Amino acid sequence: MDYFLQLFLSGLTKGSIYALIALGYTMVYGIIQLINFAHGEIYMIGAFTALIVASVLTILGFSGLSILILAGIAAVIYSSAYGYTMEKIAYRPLRNAPRLSPLISAIGMSIFLQNYVLLAQTSDFLPFPALIPEFEFLKPVSHIMSSAELVIILSSAVIMVLLTFFIKFTRMGKAMRATAQDKKMARLVGIDVDKVISLTFIVGSSLAALGGILIASHIGQINFYIGFIAGIKAFTAAVLGGIGSIPGAVLGALILGWTESFATGYVSSDYEDVFAFALLVLILIFRPAGILGKSSAQKV
Amino acid sequence: MLEINNISTFYGNIQALHDVSLKINEGEIITLIGANGAGKTTTLLSVSGIVQPKSGEILFKGEPIHRMKPDKIVQMGICQVPEGRHIFPYLTVSENLDMGAFLRKDREGIKKDLEQIYDLFPRLAERRHQQGGTLSGGEQQMLAISRALMARPRLLLLDEPSLGLAPLIVQQIFEIIKKIKEESGTTIFLVEQNANLALKVADRGYVMETGRVTMEDKASSLLSNEDVKKAYLGI
Ligand SMILES: Nc1ncnc2c1ncn2[C@@H]1O[C@H](COP(=O)(O)OP(=O)(O)OP(=O)(O)O)[C@@H](O)[C@H]1O
Ligand SMILES: [Mg+2]
Repeated sequence: MDYFLQLFLSGLTKGSIYALIALGYTMVYGIIQLINFAHGEIYMIGAFTALIVASVLTILGFSGLSILILAGIAAVIYSSAYGYTMEKIAYRPLRNAPRLSPLISAIGMSIFLQNYVLLAQTSDFLPFPALIPEFEFLKPVSHIMSSAELVIILSSAVIMVLLTFFIKFTRMGKAMRATAQDKKMARLVGIDVDKVISLTFIVGSSLAALGGILIASHIGQINFYIGFIAGIKAFTAAVLGGIGSIPGAVLGALILGWTESFATGYVSSDYEDVFAFALLVLILIFRPAGILGKSSAQKV
Repeated sequence: MLEINNISTFYGNIQALHDVSLKINEGEIITLIGANGAGKTTTLLSVSGIVQPKSGEILFKGEPIHRMKPDKIVQMGICQVPEGRHIFPYLTVSENLDMGAFLRKDREGIKKDLEQIYDLFPRLAERRHQQGGTLSGGEQQMLAISRALMARPRLLLLDEPSLGLAPLIVQQIFEIIKKIKEESGTTIFLVEQNANLALKVADRGYVMETGRVTMEDKASSLLSNEDVKKAYLGI
């Protein structure tokens, strides 16, 4: 039972991170029908920013949790700037081009950012400080759940509740949904559609950056390639849940996290990815639009 | 109030409007009638800034608006109920109405207008938590008009509000159009295929053929014009 619980919680942790990244894929897809292949790189850049800021703050004598928060803020700001700029230079000029063009632009952006970080940093894995402190009260159950897992699960949950609130009830959140559903009409009610698209990239990038710092401090190392792997997984999660659907992205991410965790725990860690992608194939055969995806228009 | 001077609008290489000119005075209802593909919708989209005319100018209260972005044009008080209604399908009725008031900041005023709309259309009030896409065609048209009214427009552009609706509902819609003009003094630019009804509510009318304005007169005169009767009134 303990073993099951442990796998359940580590799956939930993984799933939470996948969800934070998958939300960016699904929101961008919802609003401009683009699979932003460079989204994983935004997450990677968030992790690198956090690493640099955390190193500086450590030298300056800050302590664990305060570093986590400050580095998190820095990662969010920096990644958002990247996401915002990426949309402006790589996707906006192609808004009216055939759908394949922005897709190719996205792949190009992804390769560019990976290599840019590779050159600016190094291809080696860099150690990432464990910013999440060990909690005393978790000691008795440390074989089931670590402090890092608890922090990741709880902060992801809070972030997702805030996001839901933003999208459901705020003026800009409603404008985002309206824009996703009918751009021409959104313009006709006075929504600045370009601004809403920028905002979507900023929100998605922020979530990815938070995912980046949380997982990096849990796993303890990063390199320029982590965005690619995490990006593919999160993309899988978004498709699994129904791309364009926000609850779908979260659900898909959790299912993926658990699948991987249980496959690793009960079968073998070699089979982690096999089960994950087999699941994706099955869903796509029996429910091509994804678990919560509506066949055509439902977005965000 | 609105002056369209010699605009030509293109879709790629296809010229949809040829030197179209048209004028609306404050407080008037004017109607633009014409066959399918004549360029009526394109005219309205040009005014709203969704498509930009290649040449010519559009003035609103003397100010050029033909190079403005759509949201700036809405800000100036020009709202459009587009052809096919364009209800946000997955927003609720009340969220659709909120979107109409997107650029307004006066919370109190918005609330008051919302209540007024619900008084005017009890059907919308009953369905306020229902998704827009689940409404019937007639209800959607009421919602589309209400959404535009939530912006408190000075000039309301209506593109074929009677399209695809049962005669009884069409009657209702035209009653509402008259009421909007009488109660709030909103100027109305009505595009219609139902020329008979449109000319009955309008003060003046324009006839459009293949991208050109071919006739312009008082609505009552157009109603009795032999050519118009033959071509558009089916008599
Ligand atoms: N998005 C577009 N791309 C290319 N051509 C278009 C587009 N929209 C309209 N057209 C063309 O422009 C011309 C005018 O169309 P418009 O929709 O303005 O006509 P309309 O008078 O509103 O017709 P209807 O009564 O059918 O609504 C038509 O020849 C049409 O084929
Ligand atoms: Mg039309």
